[in-house]
Amino acid sequence: MNHRTKRKIGVCAILLAGAFVLLQTVRAQQQPQAPVVAAPTAKVQLPTHPPAPGDGKSLVVQLCDGETSLTVAGMKPGDRLSPAQAQQVSDELMAQWLAKTDPETAAAWVREEKTARKAAAAPQKPAAAKAGATQTEQPNDFSDRDFSTWKREVEREVTYGNQIFHDDKLLGSTNGVSCAMCHPNAANTHPETYPKFQIQLRRVALLRDMINWCIENPSRGKKLDADDPKMRALEAYIMAQRKGVAMEYGKH
Amino acid sequence: MIPLKWGKRRETYLTEREQWLKELMDSGQTWQGRRKFLQMAALAAGAAAVKEFVPHSFQLVEVVQAAEPAAAAERPFTFAYISDSHLYEKTLNERFVRQLIRAVNDINALDPQPDFVLYGGDLAQLGQPGELNLGAEILKEIKAPVKMMVGEHDWFLDMGDLWKAKFGPPYYSFDHKGIHFVTLMSVNEKDFWTSKGLTPMQRMQIVSGLDDGRQSAFEVGEEEREWLARDLAKVPKTTPLVVFSHSPLYKLYRNWNFWTDDAEEIQALLRPFKTVTVIHGHTHQVLTNRIGNIHFHGMLSTAWPWPYAPQGLPKLTVQMNRPDPFNQTEGMGDGTITVNPSGHVDKEYLMWNRNPLKVSEKYLDSNGNLDRPAKTTLPGY
Repeated sequence: MNHRTKRKIGVCAILLAGAFVLLQTVRAQQQPQAPVVAAPTAKVQLPTHPPAPGDGKSLVVQLCDGETSLTVAGMKPGDRLSPAQAQQVSDELMAQWLAKTDPETAAAWVREEKTARKAAAAPQKPAAAKAGATQTEQPNDFSDRDFSTWKREVEREVTYGNQIFHDDKLLGSTNGVSCAMCHPNAANTHPETYPKFQIQLRRVALLRDMINWCIENPSRGKKLDADDPKMRALEAYIMAQRKGVAMEYGKH
Repeated sequence: MIPLKWGKRRETYLTEREQWLKELMDSGQTWQGRRKFLQMAALAAGAAAVKEFVPHSFQLVEVVQAAEPAAAAERPFTFAYISDSHLYEKTLNERFVRQLIRAVNDINALDPQPDFVLYGGDLAQLGQPGELNLGAEILKEIKAPVKMMVGEHDWFLDMGDLWKAKFGPPYYSFDHKGIHFVTLMSVNEKDFWTSKGLTPMQRMQIVSGLDDGRQSAFEVGEEEREWLARDLAKVPKTTPLVVFSHSPLYKLYRNWNFWTDDAEEIQALLRPFKTVTVIHGHTHQVLTNRIGNIHFHGMLSTAWPWPYAPQGLPKLTVQMNRPDPFNQTEGMGDGTITVNPSGHVDKEYLMWNRNPLKVSEKYLDSNGNLDRPAKTTLPGY
């Protein structure tokens, strides 16, 4: 388990109003490496576990391990916990979990959790202004977590686009022709030259119009909606190959 | 040689485009509605589909050398090539099949006929029996004798078993009109599949991806280099050599295997000869190079053109114009090679839907100072 997943467990222990807390175990979410990356925007079926048993009259809060639970004295199902109460319930649940978990795992969890919380809380570029010292950099609100999230999510989109670009079936081609067969590493796709007028399309073409032209013609597939996850991923991959190239709209 | 003319398809393409531009001007607007365009596009596609293949010129290479006066007197002579057809079975992709047939018709229409026809490799796309058998059937229609060369797409499903059974040894030499010809198998790869436990089809698919970095570099390999050394030992150094290889026998761009890993070793074997020409496939484009006494020429594909590599392009290469995606067989074609008395060659690229482009012996001999091919107006990005 890495920091992030542990932190999620911690967070999910906090509370949900209701008779039980339905939480996925993050670990179960992690899929084995599949040959095809799921579209980033596709819906993911989250795993669930059965609710903790209760008498139906008291509020039961369940930890996301699916086993540890706590009956909150004096509260009925559906009652809302105050933030302070919720924190207390969460702490008690975690204490229960730590008590029954083997000491090594528990200690490792606590250690990593501390590190993760620290990293998440620390701004990327803290002002770190000592009294009287001149600030050299302006502070901002983004942490390492923001930066790593941005990078990861973009890479995921580009990776998915890369797969579609190289796989005729994933593209929906009906004649075995994939994008990469004419455009290795997306060469000669020149996304930086759009928009440009294309007489054959009888309008100003955007990159997506030419992607669809290639899907329909050389590849004999069905064109994609502008907002189709595959179209978005293809655009992401093609653009990613031209990072740093000057924009030159209208160039033929 | 027959007069070289532009294809009828190009005329159709230009006429249509002209008509659309005119309509656009007449209407005074920039958008006339998608439906009308689609109707016109459908009409155009239908018209193109029923059109007969127009036989074209192809590239001829002439080799001539004065070392053996008797043989040299037989020069110039011409041979032709077809290359890189990448056939799928007809039910999956009829277009690639039609395009190979178009090239065969081009070659058969040559008058006079070439002395022989080189097939430059990558007859099949995934090495499947259905693909190789289909290709063999189509190539049977060629009137002149055919010399076969193997490409990686023919090889890596069964490591050449079927190809060899159908077409013979993957490397060999022969003599013709005073020229010593050598056909190499230059697309061997070091084993990247066993340790990964890949199936033959997975191996084939990786190799078939030009930009798939999981594969190894192309190489002729030690065993075949030894064969080449023995073969060349029997040939006088004044005899002109013409070498056929699927990959370029120099290092251009490793990421796309526009590359032969033991190129320097092969070049060292060729260097003692006075006049050497290498004709290669794989790159699907007009490509020209000279290293010392060795002239290099690429071949066009009948299936699709490749973009120029982002680095490593030889200085002597005059790029062919970037193909127009709306002009569907542009940048593809076949060609002829005229072997001059010297033993070096003039290479003629017979590009469908375009004027032919000649890269002469004179151009290479003068290091690009004389007889320069027409300049590109639409370079690659």
